[in-house]
Amino acid sequence: MEFFERFAIPHPSPAIYAAMVAIGLTVIGIIAGLTYFKKWGYLWREWLTTVDHKRIGIMYLISALIMLFRGGVDAVMMRAQLASPEAKLLDAQHYNEIFTTHGVVMIMFMAMPFIIGFMNYVVPLQIGARDVAFPRLNAISFWLFFMGAMLFNISFVIGGSPDAGWTSYFPLAGNEFSKSVGTNYYMLSLQISGLGTLMTGINMITTILKMRAPGMTLMRMPMFTWSTLIANLIIVTVFPVLTVALAMGTMDRLFGTHFFASTNGGMDMLWANLFWVWGHPEVYILILPAFGIYSEIISTFSGRNLYGYKSMVGSMVIISVLSCLVWAHHFFTMGQGAASNSFFSITTMAIAVPTGVKIFNWLFTLWRGKIRMTVPMLYSIGFIPLFTIGGVTGVMLAMSAADYQYHNTMFLVAHFHNTIIPGVVFAMLAALTYYWPKMFGFMLNERIGKWAFWSLSIGFVLAFFPMYITGLDGQARRMYTYSESTGFGPLNMLSFIGAGIMAIAFILIVYNIYYSIRYSPRDIGSDPWDARTLEWATHTPVPEYNFAFTPSVNSSEPFWDDKKKKHKLFPGKIEKIHMPNNSGVPFIMSSIFFVWGFSFVFAMWPLLIISTIGIFICMAYRSFEQDHGRYITVEEVKETEEKLGGAKL
Amino acid sequence: MKLDHSQPLEYSTHENELNIFGFWIFLGAEIMLFATLFTSYFTLENRVGSGPSGAEIFEISPVLIETFLLLTSSFTIGLAVHAMRLGRQKAMIGFFVVTLLLGLTFLGVEIYEFVHYVHVGAGLQTSAFTAMLLTTLGTHGLHVTFGLFWGTMIILQIRKRGLTAQTAGKSFIFSLYWHFLDVVWIFIFSFIYLKGMM
Repeated sequence: MEFFERFAIPHPSPAIYAAMVAIGLTVIGIIAGLTYFKKWGYLWREWLTTVDHKRIGIMYLISALIMLFRGGVDAVMMRAQLASPEAKLLDAQHYNEIFTTHGVVMIMFMAMPFIIGFMNYVVPLQIGARDVAFPRLNAISFWLFFMGAMLFNISFVIGGSPDAGWTSYFPLAGNEFSKSVGTNYYMLSLQISGLGTLMTGINMITTILKMRAPGMTLMRMPMFTWSTLIANLIIVTVFPVLTVALAMGTMDRLFGTHFFASTNGGMDMLWANLFWVWGHPEVYILILPAFGIYSEIISTFSGRNLYGYKSMVGSMVIISVLSCLVWAHHFFTMGQGAASNSFFSITTMAIAVPTGVKIFNWLFTLWRGKIRMTVPMLYSIGFIPLFTIGGVTGVMLAMSAADYQYHNTMFLVAHFHNTIIPGVVFAMLAALTYYWPKMFGFMLNERIGKWAFWSLSIGFVLAFFPMYITGLDGQARRMYTYSESTGFGPLNMLSFIGAGIMAIAFILIVYNIYYSIRYSPRDIGSDPWDARTLEWATHTPVPEYNFAFTPSVNSSEPFWDDKKKKHKLFPGKIEKIHMPNNSGVPFIMSSIFFVWGFSFVFAMWPLLIISTIGIFICMAYRSFEQDHGRYITVEEVKETEEKLGGAKL
Repeated sequence: MKLDHSQPLEYSTHENELNIFGFWIFLGAEIMLFATLFTSYFTLENRVGSGPSGAEIFEISPVLIETFLLLTSSFTIGLAVHAMRLGRQKAMIGFFVVTLLLGLTFLGVEIYEFVHYVHVGAGLQTSAFTAMLLTTLGTHGLHVTFGLFWGTMIILQIRKRGLTAQTAGKSFIFSLYWHFLDVVWIFIFSFIYLKGMM
């Protein structure tokens, strides 16, 4: 029995036991359902072994929605606890665990896969490619991310959740103050999924730089593709920093090193520096593709080309450079001296300039456009003022002298939610609505979508704007309760109501998916939004080879030119198409990675060695495997094109 | 598989071209990895706690031997790629084997060096400095170890299948990796050992 004691929860509560039962029942339900409907083979052939960028993209999106639910439940629990002074819903330890997992899940396992999902689905279509450069590697990326996310999510039922915040600062995250294996989970699950993200970075950069359709020069790429390129360059630059930091943190916890300890020469602030050298660029990895999405949507629904294309690209490049030069603004209060605080203060404020350029470009795109107020457009229009408020409070926080007042208060919490929710989450929901017909062949219901948008926006304002005030009044973040005499009570109640309305918005979004699956018309054609870029030029649903003909590009909006200016998008004739084969290795190898991470968390060395060997065997298998892919013959292409309503010419 | 004969064998297919390009980007990420390790090393260099400093434990002879071995192996992998371009399979495999043997010897000397450090009281748990030193060297050493496995598999594949576009591409990518490890070692030699001994 001693062996199993390590898996016990150090700080249990009825809610966690209920969650265990729920997880158990769900797993049993899924297994039973798959067996009853005889879908195991389908699942394996069509999804688990797929290397198709479109299916991988959809799997990323499904994971992101599930993680949004989990992170959202955490959020509602926190707001419920803080809704009234001295509430007893959660104790300090549970509150610590919940804000930690909320942060990690929302950033790493919700926002990242949401964005990478769209990159996967959209970018090859936008550049007229058949797939990404390394389809097999793409599958490995997804499954590593997925296994990392699963490893993180089982922490609260097996061994205990991490509780040192999503930033996991040492020495708090060290063995002395975080005794449970929770922080081990944090270190290893982020390590595994981070590896997947790095591979995505390499894959996307190669795809975009090497596989564009003829005629698509760099300055003719759609804005989302540009933003993907820049974001992935940042990924390749900064994710190795996280790799090293996590490895050092793991060694401190499991091998007794003193990197971040306060004894034997260790330096706790080294962790904070390394973490934010990755962490700050990370938020730009999230926001730049979101900017790309807004650019596509605003241009489409304004019925005109994007204003200031070159300045859009230029400002993204500048943002990407500056993003790597601002990390110390997360700890102005560390005491590193006036000179370096001033430097990081100025670089941080400087980011407002290229971001402002982008805001004005979107506004000028709207100017004299024929605006259609669809759901994606609503999110984009809502984004502009709300995000600007978040940006302005960011400049306030950037002033290092004033930051001593705001540091680690609810003001900060309000600020970054104010940028991430209208910035990233709105963009992802807009993109979900916008690309849904391309992915699944029917539209999401507009009326329910508008209800969801308004409840999300109103809920957001109610939930987070009060925090600016309580923050300035001195309410600290990450405190599980406060006394009545502080007077924070009413505003926190308002936040709780706002959180509730946001939860309703999420339910509406899910209901909308259900409703639209049942009732939406299916005869919508391949271009329901009257859009401008290449992804809308192919059939809906998209055939596995994407384009029967390689498109020919003459501008940044080739499809629009095809529709309006008689540009011939698809010259030439149908040829046989080379496609990659499916493979089970990515899934199997990532599953072994899961075992590897799990045994590392609990320091079960024999299992760790066995799983390491397993990973090497998978790599050796891949190395010796001869797989040159397969060809789709001209007849098969013609047949598919006929079925989808005739070849597009 | 379309072959373009105006290009060297490793660049003759589109797939190979993509692989090589992607690997260059991967090497960019590797540069960031080692840059982070070096930065952390410089930060923790003088934080020796109650343990020894670099000047007290570094020994020049094993380091010089390691440097000599690794630099030579970088030369021989270059010769292997040269032989590959001339289509001389036997010579190529020969140079590959020499490269891997040099790498293996390097690894042996490095393990000896590590044992020595632990012996003089500079283990992983001694101080932030010793931990960082062993982590930086160890990361490089792990890369070399991985390279030994990888290179062995490539040799086996060339013996089995001959010089094809696929095996040539793999060999070329391996050579990039091996040269990269050599460059990292030059930085380790200059900025960890020489700087530490001065």
